[in-house]
Parts: sequence; C-alpha cells; structure tokens
Amino acid sequence: MTLDLLRFTTAGSVDDGKSTLIGRLLYDSKQVFEDQLEHVAQASERRGGEGALDLALLTDGLRAEREQGITIDVAYRYFATAKRRFIIADCPGHRQYTRNMVTGASTADVSVVLIDARRGVLEQSKRHAFISALLGIPEMVVAINKMDLVDYSQERYEELVAEFAGFAEKLTGVKSIAYIPMSALNGDNVVERSELMSWYDGPVLLDLLEQVEVAYDHPNDKPARFPVQWVIRPASAAGVEDYRGYSGQLASGALKRGEEIMVLPGGGRTRIAAIDTYDGELEEAMAPMSLTLRLQDELDISRGELICHPEEAPLVARELEADICWMTDELLRPRSRYVIKQTSRSAVAVVDAVEDLLDVHTLERVAAPQELGLNDIGRVHLRTSTPLVFDPYTSNRRTGSFILIDETSNRTVGAGMIAAAA
Amino acid sequence: MSVAARPQLSHLRALESEAIHVMREVAAEFERPVLLFSGGKDSIVLLRLAEKAFRPAPFPFPLMHVDTGHNFPEVIEYRDRRVAELGERLIVASVQDSIDSGRAVEETGPRASRNRLQTVTLLDAIAEHGFDAAFGGARRDEERARAKERIMSFRDDFGQWDPKNQRPELWNLYNGRIAKGEHVRVFPLSNWTELDVWEYIDQEQLEVPLIYFAHERKVFKRDGMLYAWREGTELIEGEETFDATVRYRTVGDMSCTGGVQSSAATLEEVVLEIAATRITERGETRADDRVSEAAMEDRKKAGYF
Repeated sequence: MTLDLLRFTTAGSVDDGKSTLIGRLLYDSKQVFEDQLEHVAQASERRGGEGALDLALLTDGLRAEREQGITIDVAYRYFATAKRRFIIADCPGHRQYTRNMVTGASTADVSVVLIDARRGVLEQSKRHAFISALLGIPEMVVAINKMDLVDYSQERYEELVAEFAGFAEKLTGVKSIAYIPMSALNGDNVVERSELMSWYDGPVLLDLLEQVEVAYDHPNDKPARFPVQWVIRPASAAGVEDYRGYSGQLASGALKRGEEIMVLPGGGRTRIAAIDTYDGELEEAMAPMSLTLRLQDELDISRGELICHPEEAPLVARELEADICWMTDELLRPRSRYVIKQTSRSAVAVVDAVEDLLDVHTLERVAAPQELGLNDIGRVHLRTSTPLVFDPYTSNRRTGSFILIDETSNRTVGAGMIAAAA
Repeated sequence: MSVAARPQLSHLRALESEAIHVMREVAAEFERPVLLFSGGKDSIVLLRLAEKAFRPAPFPFPLMHVDTGHNFPEVIEYRDRRVAELGERLIVASVQDSIDSGRAVEETGPRASRNRLQTVTLLDAIAEHGFDAAFGGARRDEERARAKERIMSFRDDFGQWDPKNQRPELWNLYNGRIAKGEHVRVFPLSNWTELDVWEYIDQEQLEVPLIYFAHERKVFKRDGMLYAWREGTELIEGEETFDATVRYRTVGDMSCTGGVQSSAATLEEVVLEIAATRITERGETRADDRVSEAAMEDRKKAGYF
C-alpha cells in the first residue's frame, strides 16, 4: 500500500469546537477504537453529559488536562483513509497560544483555521491564519463551524467568508484558501455531506484534505539542499576500510549520480560518485529521502556543511535578518547570546538589535520595542560565530529555519525564520 | 523541471526517512547513546532503521535490554540471535539484580508484576553506563500520555519527565543540549502507528518472535484478558487454565501482557488483522495501563520507557 502523508494543523480556543472537530474527524472516519470510545463514554457520563458522547474528550491526554478541562500542549493525532495517512498537530489556543501554533505549524502542509459562526472572525482565528502564513503554509482551510447555531444560514456564511477574505488580503504567502460551512458537533460537512446546507456545493473537509497537494515541506522541484549530518567511515569493518560516505536527509530538490556538486561554506567542488542507501545504490534521489553520498574527490567535509549544485547555491553569511517567535518568559534583549541551530549546524549567535514587533491584531510591523517577550514575534538582526548556509525561509522552509537555545538553561527559547543576509 | 515526473514518497518511506534523520542527529550530538531493544516489534523496527542509518559501519551505540526475568523464552532466543546476526553489542540490565541489591522491592501476590520495577533498573543502568540518550520504540498513537511526547524528550537528573514543561520541537530541529546527569529519550517512531509498524515489518520482511503469530498456549482469563500460564503463576480463586489459540500484539513482561485470540499465522494475516482491529494495542493487551486513567503518564513521569 503506498499512501502519502499529509500533516495539518488546527488551532483554536476551548470554545470554538476544535477538539470536537478533531474528535469528529477521527470518529466519522472510523479511527476511534472501542476502548477509547468506552473511555470517552465513561468520562462524558462523569461530567454529566446527557448520553451524547463528548468527542472533545478523545483528545485530552494528560491528567491535568482532564482535571482542568484544558489542553496544555501540542498533541499529535493519527488517522488514515483509503487515500491518505494524516498527522494532525492539535494546538491549544488559550495558553502559550503563539508558541503552540508556531510549533504545530512548523511541520504542517495545511492549516485548518476555525471560525465560530456565531461569534464571527475573532482575534484567535486571525492570529492562527497569520501564523500559518508566516510559517509558510500555502494551503489554508477556513472551517466556519457551529453552523447549527445560526440555522445553517447561507447569508451568515457568506458574510463571514467576505469578512475573512478581507482580512486575508493582507496575508502574504498563502496560495489558496478554501471555506467550508460545518457543524463539527453534528458532523455536517466534516466527513459526511450536510443535508441541511444544500446551498454549499464545495468539498467536505475530509475530501479536501484527501485531495490537497502535499510534499510542500520537502519540495523536490526546488534547488537541491543536502545538509551533512554524519560521516560514515567504518574503522575496522572488513572490506569497507576505504568507505567514506556523507549522510543526511535531502531537505529539498534532487541529486543524481555523476553530477557536479559544491560544498558550502567552504566552496569545494567535486562529483557524486554514488548515492548509497541500505537498499542499494540509486541513480537519483529526491527530498525527503535520507541517504549517503560518496564523492569522487577527498574533500574534508564534516557535519553542518551543505551539499548543493554549484549553479543553484544558497546564501552564505554571518549576519542575518530574521523573524523570531519568542517562547520564554525571559525577554529577548539586544546583545544577548544564544546557541543557534540551523539545518545540522550549530553556532553561537548574538542578537544585535530588535528591529520591530509584529502586531498580530493589525498585521503591521511597529517600531522597535527594544526587546521581545513571551509569544512576541519580531524582526531581529543576528550575528553568528561561523557562517550559516541558508535560503530565505519563504523559499525554503528547511534551510531557512532555526532555533535559539539558552546557553545556561539549555531550553529552546526562540523559533526563527531567516528573511535575508544582512 | 517537472514536479509530476518525481512521484511522492510512500508514507512508509517518508516515516522511515524521518526516523533515520532523528537517529543520525542523536549519534552526532550525544556522547553516549544507547538503543533499548526488547525483542518487541517496535524495537525490531528500530534496529532495521539503525542499519539503514549507519551501515556499512557498526552502530555508534550499544543495545540494551531491561530484562524483567519474566520474559517469553521465544523472545529472549530471538533477541540473542538477532544481536549476533547484527554483530552489535548487547547490554542486559537485570531487574533481578536490582532486587538482589535492594534497589527494588518485588511485588507479591497473584497480580505481582515487575513492570514498575523496570524503571529502577533502567535509570540505574543509564547512570552506571553514563548514557546521555536512549532510543526507545514508543509511538504517540499508543496511549493518551504518549500523544504529548516529544520525539527528543528531555529527562532531568532524576530521570523524570515533566509533561507540562517540555521543550518546543520545531521543524526537524532537535535541541540536544543537556547538563551532566541529565539525558534524553528519543522516539524515532513517534509518528508511526501500529499498522505502519506491521506494514514496515512486512515490507522489509523482518523476522519477529513467534509469539506475534497465532499459536496454541496454556492460558488463563483475568480482567477479560488472556494471560500466558507459566511455572509459578499464582491463580486467583475461580481462574483456571485452558488451551487457546492466541497471538500477542505487544511483547512485555509475561505477568502483565495479555494475548488475543487470533488465527493470524503470517505477516500478511497480521497486517490484515491490525488494519481491521477496533481496539488499541495497549487497551487490549496491557494490564499495566489499566491501573488508572493516567497509569502511563505516572510511570513516564517517574522515568519509565
């Protein structure tokens, strides 16, 4: 069976029906197991439900979440249909919202934005759409939920579509936006087509998720980017003493045996002698395959260097402009030092200046606040101890992203998207 | 350049590539990793992924089995044969040794299990060998608490997991920085489901212990599950042994792992059975998860696999 894999993210607050929507997708696509259902039935009863299953309970994982009726952290859910395998990054909205949404969006191909048909386009939905666009997710589905509470009104639906579309004009990088009127609670237009909204002739959510184009995250029509993770050089194994292979995961593009390649930041050039995998040699490899390259000439290559085609080279620089989402209580201040990890490369980074702050209400960049606080997103100017090899995030998600790590606590404190060399 | 000319990777190939990437990151960023190998299906897949990540060189880490002493003999026989085939080094950390040295206290009574004691043995072995990263075969689809687990999951110097205070995990960038005495657990199969594991075993034609296939065995029924009877098993009043055709969906301590009635005798039949099942593997076969709503969460916080 060869199915492909689609990763999508949902975000929302406690009340907008996100957990119910996910529960409904799992339940209606028959991905809920009997013992899980029994668990939900018991928990629904304890909470005084009147016989109806509370599908939201399917997604509560931790003890504190069940006790407090909240969702603490990004959780991952898995389901499959005959057409595709799905991974949902389920992001809670009310606490650490930006941090959670950024985390969930960082690996997603599609973003499902929820709107409560009664309450309209709230800040939460706007923020989610904005973060999805910032994180480079090109496909967006706007789920206009709780249509049962507005009498399945086409007029209300169209009003909300118009309102959201007006807002979305300001988003850059979104390729397409699909709107679906639904009631997750009753299962309208999630997996089954709603008979109560015959005026809607677009796809239901699951159909759309089954059809949307994937592999955006490891695009193989982009220039080849192969960050070296690990050098295979067996010391003693008989018959392979001379073996020297460079291992990694192809982040984008394709590589062919015999092609000329360049190694950055050094700039050395040679040809690909062989593309090795455990299952045999390949003539050609494409993203996101993990593989091992053998090269014609002995170049001294180590972890953190990047192999590409000479005519499609990425940027190499020690000073960069980047958008940072700040993820910790301690403020990001100018001249702070962090460890930066980008592809397979680590270095020391100094933040020279915080240049602006993105206002997620207005989507405008406002004047330099001097510092970034928890859940803030802003543009910074960075310097690194060794050159980084990268593409702007908008053209390559894998080579344009980085994390910042606090040198003392070792915690991940920031998520970065490179805008340009400075 | 045409996109359509290059087909999508199948979901199994995509999951495989992601797991290999994770394993190489850990090998590169940690001083002393170890791979936890139980002889169960998930760790069997981990071994194949390690071959794919590091051959033709030897693995850059040893394998370790936390041995409760209550194993299925077929699994131990398989474990030793597989390790010998691979030519890799196996460390056996024994729960019996932890009991003998007074580090762990044996539970008593008919429901006694060494499941919980494994945590002591595991953490002691990690400290003794100075391991700073331990690969495990856990998957997020297995259990509620595991759905919240990171691929690379931090453990403090007491070996504890703090689910409310985890490091955010973005893109495929893993933060492997720790202080001395701390370690990480690494779960390359985080995004795999039970069905993926079986489809992969089928695709790779991996050998698995025979208890995964339908076989006749002397069992007894307790709490709605079929347990293997072995020498020394204490039965509770009203329980009796009988012969049944069963197979196992998980391989754990014999004292807390139940079998399922099944006639699936080949890999293909197992894949079909799993694709059609309506019960999760841990719900069907693991008494250790049934203790309370948050049984797994509590054990994980204390340092369990």
